[in-house]
Amino acid sequence: MNRTTPFALLTNGTALPWADVPEWPLPEFLRHVGAELDRGERLNSLFGVPEGGALRLVAVLAFDAGNTLVVGRSRPFSGSFPSLTATHSQAHLFEREIWEQHGAVPENHPWLKAVRKDHGAGPAVGDFFRVDGREIHEVAVGPVHAGIIEPGHFRFQCAGEEVLHLEIALGFQHRGIEEALAGGPHRATIYQMETVAGDTTIAHATAYASTLEALAGTEAPLRAQWLRAIALELERLANHTGDLGALAGDVAFLPTASACGKIRGDFLNLTAMLCGNRFGRGLVRPGGGPHDGGTERLGKLRERLETSLAEVQQAAVWLWDAASVRTRFEHTGHLHRKQATEIGLVGPAARACGLVRDVRFDHPAGWFRFAQVPVSVWPDGDVFARARVRWLEIQRSGEFLREQLDAAPDGETRSPLPPLAPDTLAVALVEGWRGEVCHAALTGADGRLRRYKITDPSFHNWTGLALALRGQAISDFPLCNKSFNLSYCGFDL
Amino acid sequence: MFVHDTLLNRLKRGCATMAYPAGPAPALPERHGGALRVEAAKCQADCAACVAVCPTEAVTRPPDRRVALDLGRCLFCAECVKACPTGAITQTGDHRLAVRRREDLVLGEAGNEQLRLAGVLDEKLRRLFRRSLKLRQVSAGGCNACEADTNVLGTIGWDLGRFGIQFVASPRHADGLLITGPVSKNMELALQKTYAAVPEPRIVIAVGACAIAGGPFVGHPQVHNGAGVLLPVDLFIPGCPPHPLTILDGLIRLLGRLEESGRKTG
Repeated sequence: MNRTTPFALLTNGTALPWADVPEWPLPEFLRHVGAELDRGERLNSLFGVPEGGALRLVAVLAFDAGNTLVVGRSRPFSGSFPSLTATHSQAHLFEREIWEQHGAVPENHPWLKAVRKDHGAGPAVGDFFRVDGREIHEVAVGPVHAGIIEPGHFRFQCAGEEVLHLEIALGFQHRGIEEALAGGPHRATIYQMETVAGDTTIAHATAYASTLEALAGTEAPLRAQWLRAIALELERLANHTGDLGALAGDVAFLPTASACGKIRGDFLNLTAMLCGNRFGRGLVRPGGGPHDGGTERLGKLRERLETSLAEVQQAAVWLWDAASVRTRFEHTGHLHRKQATEIGLVGPAARACGLVRDVRFDHPAGWFRFAQVPVSVWPDGDVFARARVRWLEIQRSGEFLREQLDAAPDGETRSPLPPLAPDTLAVALVEGWRGEVCHAALTGADGRLRRYKITDPSFHNWTGLALALRGQAISDFPLCNKSFNLSYCGFDL
Repeated sequence: MFVHDTLLNRLKRGCATMAYPAGPAPALPERHGGALRVEAAKCQADCAACVAVCPTEAVTRPPDRRVALDLGRCLFCAECVKACPTGAITQTGDHRLAVRRREDLVLGEAGNEQLRLAGVLDEKLRRLFRRSLKLRQVSAGGCNACEADTNVLGTIGWDLGRFGIQFVASPRHADGLLITGPVSKNMELALQKTYAAVPEPRIVIAVGACAIAGGPFVGHPQVHNGAGVLLPVDLFIPGCPPHPLTILDGLIRLLGRLEESGRKTG
């Protein structure tokens, strides 16, 4: 960091006293946030904290080039606030969410509607953006989809086969996770964190554990941090492999589809070797987890990992070798780098637009402070690029695991968690397989959680899918959707 | 060239589908633990160590009563197993967990130390669905773990299709629903409409702790506590999520396909 900012600096996975978070009158706060976004910084999270009958806004921004996070807050206000969205698209969903959660209206918001609220008959009932014209027709899909998939509603405006506009309405999966956290942590909290998005158990549980550890002024033992990193990369391997298979399946390329379906399960079974559960339930706990690898078990895991990596290598070679696959992947679902920057895209989808953006690299925390994974980037922004980035990441996560399984630190995996510091704010980012998982927590005077904000990567990225569909044939929607493979429940919370 | 490669690979590898249920079941992960067993008779007087550690209140001990464990609510975290001073709650390592009635998941009393495994559908339904069961899957607040481990049954290792079981793209084509998730209030209408669109006779299968009793979200005002609140459930498959083997066991157990395979192998 070699420039000044009015915000307070915060390293990933650390805390600072609430009183030390700079506070400005609302207009000034919004001006500062806007100014940092204009400089190209990223909005990780923007949320409200109720204060008496009034509301404060809190912004968490990432200065990726400076490897730091910053936080700031507004003074309490009531009523409405001027919307940032018209000039800064990154704020779009955050402002709608603030309106929904706290009733504060973002004035002049270009598309103010509920994010996940039930309006009596489900969230899909509402006004959708409509394109008018004699040749225009509208296609409505969901909430229940044709397969074993989570629910969501897609509304397409089409001219013939071509999609002019797609609007995505979610909220069907809303389980009230954030609301339940107030006054916590409760006994069920860690189990809810593990199921924010069940395919991202390790990333969300790690973000939660790191947040609590920061609030308690402690760190998990090194070996626990190491184990979290191992499990995080296994989670990435399983999901990326599954995605490559699903993408292959969507273009009717069955050899890779069949092989990857099985290999994905084999990777999940490696996680199950560590904790008994294929999704890593029970592995990550605040203060460190109860499970240790054990030398013999880790040796076996290493052997099975080699087999699976060799198999996925073979399946991927078939995929890249097939011209029929390349013609379907290339130039499909294109997202420009400029759009990706504007909407604050994260994860493999952002890296597939040429953005060098990876929490493990930009904001290393836990074990990633000691062991780096190269950032995998591809420039084109289409389905091919998103598949390609996944393949690069599979190789690099495999390499990381090979190295790290041989370099396990000794010691305990568990330490008791001290009480949480009162009136303190903590932020933790984790690069999950879909991208940046952001947890921000504020404690009250009693040392209990006063406000807990979860931002799943899907919260940033659903907009990217909607943009990628513009000008596409509607029949390419499944392929484009699969290339993002976003979480419904992670968004809906 | 991938064409030669894939063909050669296929020849070399042979059939990737497991022999189960004609052959032995694949092993559960060593640390999985499987089903739980509760012998309330072993409980010390006034001990409630297990009750205090359970995240979903699956373990209860009302005053002057014995401990009861509801496997429908259970997340299988095994905290109660660790907390119990007398070894009254133990892991059996058994992958079989599916039951037909909700109360068959409650463990503790003498004679009910273990769950009462599901029997076969009644004769009329069994004859209808035994060789062809088409299911519509509805995720209603599911976290994508139960969904993923249901989906995996369609891969080459499990090959659910060999039992005539298939997930279809329309409720009109379905013989029943397989529901995951605690049934979020926002999915209530969609679930009811989907159920209504399935022609009779139809069955409902609840997979996972959420769909049986709300799972980690039990009691949240934004969810119903499971599918049973809204629909009649014919099969409960506990777990968080249940292992694919547990789900498969439940499905073919219901259709009576397990006994058939058993007969074939003697």
